[in-house]
Amino acid sequence: MKFVDEFREPELINKAADEIRRLADPSRHYRLMEVCGGHTHAIYRFGLKDILPENIELIHGPGCPVCVLPMGRIDDGLSMAQDPNVIFTAFGDMMRVPGMNGSPLEHKARGMDVRIVYSPTDAIKLAQANPDRHVMFFSIGFETTAPSTALTLKRAKSLGLSNFSIFCNHVTIIPAIRAILDSPDMRLDGFIGPGHVSTVIGCRPYEWIAANEKKPIVVSGFEPLDILQSIVMLLRQLKNGESRVENQYKRVVPWEGNRAALAAMAEVFQLRPFFEWRGLGFISQSALRIRDTYAEWDAEQRFNVPGLRVTDPKAAQCGEVLKGVLKPAQCKLFGNECTPEHPIGALMVSSEGSCAAYFNYEHRKTAMLTNISASA
Amino acid sequence: MCLAIPGKIVEFIPDIRSLALVEVAGVRRRVDLGLLDDDKPAKGDWVLIHVGFAMSKISEQDAIEQMNTLAMLGETEAALQEIRGYGLGEEDSEQPAS
Ligand code: SF4
Repeated sequence: MKFVDEFREPELINKAADEIRRLADPSRHYRLMEVCGGHTHAIYRFGLKDILPENIELIHGPGCPVCVLPMGRIDDGLSMAQDPNVIFTAFGDMMRVPGMNGSPLEHKARGMDVRIVYSPTDAIKLAQANPDRHVMFFSIGFETTAPSTALTLKRAKSLGLSNFSIFCNHVTIIPAIRAILDSPDMRLDGFIGPGHVSTVIGCRPYEWIAANEKKPIVVSGFEPLDILQSIVMLLRQLKNGESRVENQYKRVVPWEGNRAALAAMAEVFQLRPFFEWRGLGFISQSALRIRDTYAEWDAEQRFNVPGLRVTDPKAAQCGEVLKGVLKPAQCKLFGNECTPEHPIGALMVSSEGSCAAYFNYEHRKTAMLTNISASA
Repeated sequence: MCLAIPGKIVEFIPDIRSLALVEVAGVRRRVDLGLLDDDKPAKGDWVLIHVGFAMSKISEQDAIEQMNTLAMLGETEAALQEIRGYGLGEEDSEQPAS
């Protein structure tokens, strides 16, 4: 648990917490969704739940890129790298995500050439250094990461690099929010909007949520004070019966987004008619594919991709947790069969996954307290 | 992977307009500035970096705060590992801040 005076600005934290208590109607139960996995991580890490009144419930959203990718896509990516001529590259987050027959790291242990890169441009560098091999980059991420992939593709094209391709798994945040709002078992009062996705897309794309769904949304920073202030802003709107888009993270997020990034994405990507999300099923126009003008660098057009559809292990309830219908600890596998050391689902792998965040902070804390009281 | 890392532009790479040498906690690596074409940063400016690309310009104060946030989240080591890994971990060996 974090105590308030451990924070850098304890008086401001206290003030925000008081304001939240003052604004929250005790006869009401508030369900606020933090869309971004970075916020989920921060909320657990800072123990913000302990600061909030009981009737404010934070629901964890779908904004963790490795979590929402269905297992079949991982196996599709790995299947292309069965060819010994192929070097499989991906960010570190992907490496421990389980596929049907193990994670990329486990495939590496069995002899596949799997390498971590920290930037997609380094996959280009690897391709230049290995002209007789083919380097495939497994790209994932929301609009935060997609522009970097777009510029990487543009660079590959201008270099005329023939031994490089991208397996594109980029998804877009707005259709996911829409799918959650459409799901009948979900009742939400407002959204803590993603911070870094919004540096790219800006705040305008959220306006339909405010206008059509009558839900307030506040784009938020990642510090404890940012998140508490965003909750204050949401409660204030709810109290006044308003539903607007507000930007708490003005110091980083411009209202109009990043035009250069959006232009690069538009040049290189187009929307897929539909894409499967773990837990949320098929969502129309929710993911990006590489345009035909870049087909030469599109792994899906160059290789035979099996298009695998793999269901998650039977007892795993990743889908329900991703939708916010279940809390991580309510999954039958949580903490016994599924732990960060032996993850069964992707939500236990990434630090942004709600199961890993819950396990690392809440679960370990409870276990520690139980041990202390048992030994006392 | 959603958290962005603050860094300071220490010099531009000659002949490659869109690359700059950026320093994060004493580690210097090449970072791509192609996403800031509309609002090009200058030497000495601070930027938020994500997967090897500068995403936005920020103030020095915000850079310090962002570093604090990473520290509070227990992500400092992961952030430095990412920065060190750029360029396949090879180029622009670490230099002390001058
Ligand atoms: S505990 Fe494991 S199996 Fe259960 S929802 Fe979380 S990641 Fe999925």
